[in-house]
Amino acid sequence: MTPPPGSLLAAEDLRKAYGPTVALDGAAFSIHPGEVVAVMGPSGSGKSTLLHCLAGIVPPDSGSITYAGRELATMNDAQRSALRRSEFGFVFQFGQLVPELTCVENVALPLRLNGTSRREAERTALGWMERLEVDDLAKKRPGEVSGGQGQRVAVARALVTTPKVLFADEPTGALDSLNGERVMELLTDAARSTSAAVVLVTHEARVAAWSDREIVVRDGKSRDMERAV
Amino acid sequence: MSIGHTLLGLLESGPRHGYDLKRAFDEKFGHDRPLHYGQVYSTMSRLLKNGLVEVDGIESGGGPERKRYAITDAGVTDVERWLATPEKPEEYLQSTLYTKVVLALLTHRDAADILDVQRAEHLRSMRILTDRKRRGDLADQLICDHALFHLEADLRWLELTAARLDKLRAEVAR
Amino acid sequence: MNVRQWWRDLAMGARFAFTGGREGWVRMLLTGVGVGLGVALLLLTTAVPNALAVRHEREEARLDYTYGRTTQPRADDTFVIADTDTTFRQSEVRGRLVEPEGPRAPLPPGVGRYPGVGEMVVSPALKSLLASDGGKLLRKRLPYRIVGTIGEPGLVGSHELAYYAGAQGLAARIDHSQVNRLDHYGDPAPSTERADPVLVLLTLVVFVVLLMPVAVFIAAAARFGGERRDRRLAALRLVGSDSRMTRRTAAGEALAGSLLGLVLGAVFFLAGRQAAGSVEILDISVFPSYLNPSPLLVVLVAVAVPAATVAVTLLALRGVVIEPLGVVRAARPARRRLWWRLLLPVAGLAMLAPMLGQGRDQGNFNQYLVSGGVILLLVGVTALLPWAVETVVARLGSGSVAWQLAVRRLQLSSGTAARMVNGIAVAVAGAIALQMLFSGVDSVYTTQSANDVSRAQMQVSVPSGIPLAAAARKFARTPGVRRAEGLAGGELGDSGKDPRSSGELTVGDCRALREVAALPSCRDGDVFVLEGGQHDTPQLARSGRTLYFDPSYSGDRGAEIAWTVPRSMKRARSVEDPTNVRRSGFLMTPGALPAGAARTLYQYVYLSLDESVPEAKEYARNTAAEISPMADAAAWASTEQSKRFTSIRTGLLVGAACVLALIGASLLVSQLEQLRERRKLLSALVAFGTRRRTLGLSVLWQTAVPIALGLLLATTVGLTLGAVLLRMTSTPVRVDWASVLSMAGAGAAVVLAVTLLSMPPLFRLMRPDGLRTE
Repeated sequence: MTPPPGSLLAAEDLRKAYGPTVALDGAAFSIHPGEVVAVMGPSGSGKSTLLHCLAGIVPPDSGSITYAGRELATMNDAQRSALRRSEFGFVFQFGQLVPELTCVENVALPLRLNGTSRREAERTALGWMERLEVDDLAKKRPGEVSGGQGQRVAVARALVTTPKVLFADEPTGALDSLNGERVMELLTDAARSTSAAVVLVTHEARVAAWSDREIVVRDGKSRDMERAV
Repeated sequence: MSIGHTLLGLLESGPRHGYDLKRAFDEKFGHDRPLHYGQVYSTMSRLLKNGLVEVDGIESGGGPERKRYAITDAGVTDVERWLATPEKPEEYLQSTLYTKVVLALLTHRDAADILDVQRAEHLRSMRILTDRKRRGDLADQLICDHALFHLEADLRWLELTAARLDKLRAEVAR
Repeated sequence: MNVRQWWRDLAMGARFAFTGGREGWVRMLLTGVGVGLGVALLLLTTAVPNALAVRHEREEARLDYTYGRTTQPRADDTFVIADTDTTFRQSEVRGRLVEPEGPRAPLPPGVGRYPGVGEMVVSPALKSLLASDGGKLLRKRLPYRIVGTIGEPGLVGSHELAYYAGAQGLAARIDHSQVNRLDHYGDPAPSTERADPVLVLLTLVVFVVLLMPVAVFIAAAARFGGERRDRRLAALRLVGSDSRMTRRTAAGEALAGSLLGLVLGAVFFLAGRQAAGSVEILDISVFPSYLNPSPLLVVLVAVAVPAATVAVTLLALRGVVIEPLGVVRAARPARRRLWWRLLLPVAGLAMLAPMLGQGRDQGNFNQYLVSGGVILLLVGVTALLPWAVETVVARLGSGSVAWQLAVRRLQLSSGTAARMVNGIAVAVAGAIALQMLFSGVDSVYTTQSANDVSRAQMQVSVPSGIPLAAAARKFARTPGVRRAEGLAGGELGDSGKDPRSSGELTVGDCRALREVAALPSCRDGDVFVLEGGQHDTPQLARSGRTLYFDPSYSGDRGAEIAWTVPRSMKRARSVEDPTNVRRSGFLMTPGALPAGAARTLYQYVYLSLDESVPEAKEYARNTAAEISPMADAAAWASTEQSKRFTSIRTGLLVGAACVLALIGASLLVSQLEQLRERRKLLSALVAFGTRRRTLGLSVLWQTAVPIALGLLLATTVGLTLGAVLLRMTSTPVRVDWASVLSMAGAGAAVVLAVTLLSMPPLFRLMRPDGLRTE
């Protein structure tokens, strides 16, 4: 199989084992610019590992991952870090905001890692917080905001660099359905407005329903349902 | 859904023509399936026969569709009783999907494939509902959520069954 | 509340302390080691006065007092003893020649029988020194056969170098100063001489300075793993234990740690006691058996230390409300106030102030005021530091991401940071003050008389009766001796008995006399009158007048040898001699001496050494011993003392470094604990593409900022304390920058080490595995 034409990020035949545990066993993936793809599957199926491989956080044991025509396997750790800083954004299940920094500082963090000045980074950050309706929390610390608010701050942080690909790993996993809905709505709206591709790892069908298309991972193998049907 | 009770309930706010009733019903409850006129009139004549409604007046030039209906006291009591009676939870014990899976196993076809295809189909529906929810108002959201939760329940069953296929295959083979 | 419930809660806490997994063990061990060191130090402290007392007793018991102009008659219980002390390199060697004169002559302490002629008994330290390669030179000086060792009762320290050698015919050499006949050992009139107040002060300060950081460390150790423990206690609340029970459980946990500490402390003490036998500080060594703390104090330590750790734990829990569903920190703690924190050091200074300028001549320093003042000043550091850290950190501005992360973290929990650094700050402040005091006091102790070390570096006294010229020649042939000038001195009185005035006399050959005066011309037989000396006696220098060598004074019979002042006397201008004295009186060449007068003179040789010859001094001392065991060779130099100070400074630095290392280890543990708690966050940051350098630097800043502040404060307080202590001893205040820098360097090294050691775990935690534990 060759990656479908026009895809932004594509992976072929990924294999990855942690010790004796096989996490990925020939998984494939592709996503187009502006597309929202859900990665589904039961827990332990390897979907988080797929995300980590795609994002260049973990190198796969074998297989190829191409992002915008570049092969991730040929990049070193520093290059992949730089790629993550500038082209990718991340949302995790539990926000993972830095507890010491205020919300706006948290949102500004990826920009600052890219070398943007503090003042400018925080101005941009505030703009994103407004879009996610959490600008009133700017001066609060993560410990002082609710889970849903924190997750929205995390989404703002993921989008602040206007990434080409947004990786979201169970972004609503820790939220009730109302807050989860709202976060998904804001996340997909924001991603669509910047034509960011979204890789959405979830085991919840209702969250996956926000996607354009889904991929099912089972026992380390992926299945693209669109092509199957 | 009991159309008779629904129409009765709509009449409680005041007498209406059959045509009005159909429009009100469609607007509030008939999102996907509008009522047929015939359905309205057959229902109304049954209610009339049971003394739950009465004809309030007939407009001139009238066909059957020009009758104006009003609810009777018995009708109000009936609506009240209906609302107060809890619905029997749907048990879904007869499932086509289950039958399909067992048959596939019995005939040594790929049951997992059936499940996966079904899941894709369910998700497709959910995606459409989610999209509609995104664009719609609160009523749309509530109705879509109701459907989404049911579909999600099906999906959970699909997941669970997929995870238990091997066990099921063993039992079916006995 | 019944006892059994109490006991159950305490026991449960103790079990928690031991069952916390590997991390729990490390924490437990650190707490134990910290408490243990404190206990050991406390025990040693309580043992030191005892040790000094024992030392003093032993010194008194073996005293052989040879001074006095009378000699008791020979009997069957008398012995003649000669003081033949010598110096080998930097060590003093206590030497005695003894000759028992009857079967009932008492034995010196620690000696089983008198050594025969040509034999000696030696201290174990001297024995091993003589047996070693380094002792070859000394071996030559002590040409006696070793027949035994001196037992512990005869020695004042494990490292003392001492010997008793058997001799013959000593009675003939009785001179009432170095050699005399005695019938007992021990001080005939035991004095209750008090220790030098300044030395007492030094000892006090040393112990306070060593104990303070340990105390601070114990306090910090009691809070190790506090957050984890609080969560555990919260879980206990959830299953139904009330807040008092949880407090008791926490107390049990602390108690277990401090009991382990007590055991370790006892072990450390015993080890330290044994080790104390093998170290020598300022020429003082002790035997392990000296170090016996009084039982009462031991009990006190055993009770006070666990009580203190429990108290600290409960105090720390005061600011925390442990609810079943988690731990609620007392609402944002009130801003730290400055005034009472400033009060502590100010009170400390106030306690020390009355003693400023007291010096060593006005009796002992008030021990309570000294300890209290020093403790308050050092405690002031621990009180001021949290305030300083909070205040400074709150004002720290923006910077790189690493800096921002570190500063924000510090702002959120400056107390924790300050607590960890407190120990370092106290140790450094104390060490700086102590080193200042040492170097200042030491320079006073080593202030030399203004000997002109460029002209002569040694002076050897040669017992009378030994031909001086031959002795001088012998020295001149010794390797490393450039020049040897023999001179003799004596007294000339205006009458044989109880002279009203008397003058100095210096005898030597022409070359030697030129060391003390400018001679117009000189040949043997000449007599000169000195002019321009410090105590000229022109009234004695009248021709024809009879003067007497070695006149008698009331009671003391002298030789009273008459000498007539000759007609033809030359005049000579006095110049500064090698001891920087302008002599006065008469100069004589040996040929002018009347018969028998030579015996009344005290003779000495000035030696000018070639310092490039290694061990030149030891060769000279060996020659002196060859000439006579009683020849006393004194080296003039001011360099040895400062070398000794260097070793103290090194020792102090090593001690401080050990304390710093301990604190560094605890810093590391809490650092790692903190990192582990944040593993998911770290992984998330890595996912964003955060560079390792950024996170590593933030860890560095997080340690460096509080330590830098701590060192700054510590240096200020240390210098202040040092200056105050120096003023108390009336010593000119001089800052010992080398020690300040070395302490600051040690602090910086701790920061670096902690940071470096937390890097591998940090990088391990930064691996994306942290993300996949859902």
